[in-house]
Amino acid sequence: MMTEHVHKDCASLLGSLSEYIDGGLNPELCHEIEKHLEGCENCRVVLNTTKRTIDLVHAPVEKPDLPEDVRARLFKRLNLDDYLKPK
Amino acid sequence: MNTTMPTEISLEALTAGDRAEFARLVDAYSSPIYRLGLRMLGNPQDAEDVLQNTFLNVLTHVSEFEGRSSLATWLYRIAANEALMLLRKKKPEVNLDDFEAADEADDLLPTQFVDWSAVPEDQLLSGEGKAALDGAIETLPEPLRLVFLLRDVEGLSIRETAEALNLTETNVKTRLLRARMFLREQLSVYYGERLRSER
Repeated sequence: MMTEHVHKDCASLLGSLSEYIDGGLNPELCHEIEKHLEGCENCRVVLNTTKRTIDLVHAPVEKPDLPEDVRARLFKRLNLDDYLKPK
Repeated sequence: MNTTMPTEISLEALTAGDRAEFARLVDAYSSPIYRLGLRMLGNPQDAEDVLQNTFLNVLTHVSEFEGRSSLATWLYRIAANEALMLLRKKKPEVNLDDFEAADEADDLLPTQFVDWSAVPEDQLLSGEGKAALDGAIETLPEPLRLVFLLRDVEGLSIRETAEALNLTETNVKTRLLRARMFLREQLSVYYGERLRSER
């Protein structure tokens, strides 16, 4: 387990993990990371579960819309009552 | 995401004081701004205050908007400032200015190595799974949460998030990494327990 000993390569990978997932790293660095991942199970788990975490945040679940009464009070506060049409 | 105006708001009309156009701007952005307030402050009343103060501010200053950033980024910037001001007032114990601590990446070493990435999506997004994710987001330290909400929830780019929060892109990347690692760790504890109990 990596809990007691974090290899230098693991620490370096973790520092670049976000950018690697977002596709923001150059091919050379990506290659280095992928080479490290081949031999490091813990880093593979961290990568896969981090990706999954981000996927969940991006999942197209229903985002709560603005409650109608909040919208009505906002329009009133902004003196925009005349423009308050049903959405 | 897009920070382009979803309904083609005319900046020219806004700066000329066109109220119908301002109403369209309000309708286009009130939901994401209310959500941001809700996630940052944790209750509907404060979220509504953030929302109202944001648009009152926009109404006052829109004629001075110079277009150095997109209108959407400018709106998020005002909303983020309103949320931070209210947080300072409501929770003075929270240190929002501890940028140094927020930007240190040393403490992001993982301790949980349960591989729950193969848990089916319908389980992950079930009521309980969603509650675990929402609960984890709620416990994110505020400076990290704000970056995470703008970048990963509302979909701003790194550059737009940096502009909206007046941070460097490097700071945004560091905070985003820390936020994601924090959430991964929390979800790993949750799913680790579930996977163990299923065995």
